[in-house]
Amino acid sequence: MSGIATQKRDKIDALAATAATDEGGVSLIVDAFRRLARNPVAIVGAAIVLLFVLLAIFAPLIAPKDPTVRYLIDEIRQNTPLPPRPGFPLGTDENGRDLLSRLIVGSRQSLIVGVMATLIGLVAGMIIGGIAGALGGWVDTILMRFTDILLSVPSLLLAISIAALAARPSQWTVIIAVAIVSVPIFARLLRGSMLAQRNTDHVLAARALGVRENTIVFRHMLPNSLSPVIVQATLTLATSIIDAAALSFLGLGDPDPNRAEWGSMLGEGSRVYFDVRPEMAIYPGLAIVIVALGFTLLGESLREALDPKNRR
Amino acid sequence: MLRFIVRRLIGVIPTLFVLSFLLFGWLRLLPGGPAGALLGDKATPESIASVNKVLGLDQPIPVQYVKFLGRMLTGDFGNSLSKSRPVVDELADAIPATVELALAALIFAVGLGIPLGYLAARRKGGLFDNMTIIGTLVGVAVPVFFLGYLLKKYIAVDLGWFETSGRVTAGLDETKVTGFKVLDAILTREWDVLFDALSHLVLPAIVLGTIPLAVIVRITRASVLDVMNEDYVRTAEAKGLYAKTVRKRHILRNALLPVSTTIGLQTGLLLAGAVLTEKVFVWNGLGSLLAEGIERRDYPRLQAMILVIAFVYVIVNLLVDISYAIIDPRVRVR
Repeated sequence: MSGIATQKRDKIDALAATAATDEGGVSLIVDAFRRLARNPVAIVGAAIVLLFVLLAIFAPLIAPKDPTVRYLIDEIRQNTPLPPRPGFPLGTDENGRDLLSRLIVGSRQSLIVGVMATLIGLVAGMIIGGIAGALGGWVDTILMRFTDILLSVPSLLLAISIAALAARPSQWTVIIAVAIVSVPIFARLLRGSMLAQRNTDHVLAARALGVRENTIVFRHMLPNSLSPVIVQATLTLATSIIDAAALSFLGLGDPDPNRAEWGSMLGEGSRVYFDVRPEMAIYPGLAIVIVALGFTLLGESLREALDPKNRR
Repeated sequence: MLRFIVRRLIGVIPTLFVLSFLLFGWLRLLPGGPAGALLGDKATPESIASVNKVLGLDQPIPVQYVKFLGRMLTGDFGNSLSKSRPVVDELADAIPATVELALAALIFAVGLGIPLGYLAARRKGGLFDNMTIIGTLVGVAVPVFFLGYLLKKYIAVDLGWFETSGRVTAGLDETKVTGFKVLDAILTREWDVLFDALSHLVLPAIVLGTIPLAVIVRITRASVLDVMNEDYVRTAEAKGLYAKTVRKRHILRNALLPVSTTIGLQTGLLLAGAVLTEKVFVWNGLGSLLAEGIERRDYPRLQAMILVIAFVYVIVNLLVDISYAIIDPRVRVR
């Protein structure tokens, strides 16, 4: 196996190892939350994420206009978006639709892309990693070889190769392409922390008491292995949204012109309109940067809080 | 040392083998198969059958795979659909461009990242440290191509600094030696070309180097902080060495080991980022070829490109591994 996959692997395994320690007294989770609440970085991250989720949920109520109606289509010349005017505080897109409303409603699609991609990657990765971690032996060897090969391809290139396969690109081809990239990471992560759980005292104790293997895996090993996976999922939300934007930019994005999504707005806006009206790209671009930053801040501080090394 | 290199070389073979197999399968996963992709909307059952015959796709799959492998090994990737040029020629033109860009980006990232990370660690918890950390977080959150357009528009177009696109200004009298514009200009002493090439290179290199920069800063910082608490650093201080000597010989040298690992890890990021950066700055390298291949659904080209990029990636890995073994003797044992 190539060295870089080995390094990526080691990095993932190091994160997995943070779940391995046996803890007595106050539960790690409670302790982690207490530390999280005192950390300003975590609060900023959580606030951004919360605002983003609220915006996504209530978008249709907040948006001043219908994001799909071509209000000013008659005034559009040569596909050039219109500048701001009363009633259209950010101007319009190339179809005469209200840019502000599209941005607000776009939060919902971006959240869907991020969450769905992360969820699919998480579930697929957890099934592979869980089986490998629970069974060990040759099953583990084969499954981990497979993830190593996926890790040895640069992630965006992997997403591009998968997205390019689709005869008809759609929102789902983007989501799946982005999701597959994170499968090996989640798989390796869960497998690593489950293997580390195997030899902990509480699992040994359960085994000595004659608890069935199934119960040990699902009740003892799995719940204790989840924290690094949760950290990784938070970070993956950020990268999924960014990767989806990159696919859009390369022309592999969601082709539905009615759907407003930040990634495709940024992709299209950059590619076509950056010279004429950079705002078309800058607003969704800033939105993506802020949300990605929010998830990253939250994820990084979660990682710190859950790391037993940081307990006093 | 030689045994280590040979062992690593052998280790590469299964990876490449599986990759080639996946890539072979990849083209066959296409709706309508390669023939369907070639013909596009004009496909009829008859035309697909005749194309399949020409391409040898009517033969059994194992036979096809062996032939495919043979062609890949001899560098025969066929013609690209869009330009009817051998893919090999396209690659030969593109590889120096991308390597030049990636190297420039890496120089930017390493040259700025190690000092920044080191200074941040020395002033841990201070304003400079906090600003640097925030900077690295923002740097990773900005989509590469978005940063590219921002710099292109607000620095190159509005301020008129540096060039917006391409590798050299068209019509400039340049001599091709190696295909690396900067190197060629130095070799032939065409200083105007050198200046021109550099001014084309600056912005793309910054854009491509931003994420690696952020990563290198963070790793350097973390690693310097780790090393600063080591016993041998305390010992060195206790025996009365100059603070400067301790920093240079004991802290920095040891702290740079994990950093060099990270630098190797960046090759994948650079190759992927090049696809986006090159499209923004119309840089005619591997990334542009790939992006164009996607737009035109030019599958023979895409297949060859992905294989070549994966190959480059694997080879760079190998070189990085070997260089670790030289820097850090402990690696050889593992």
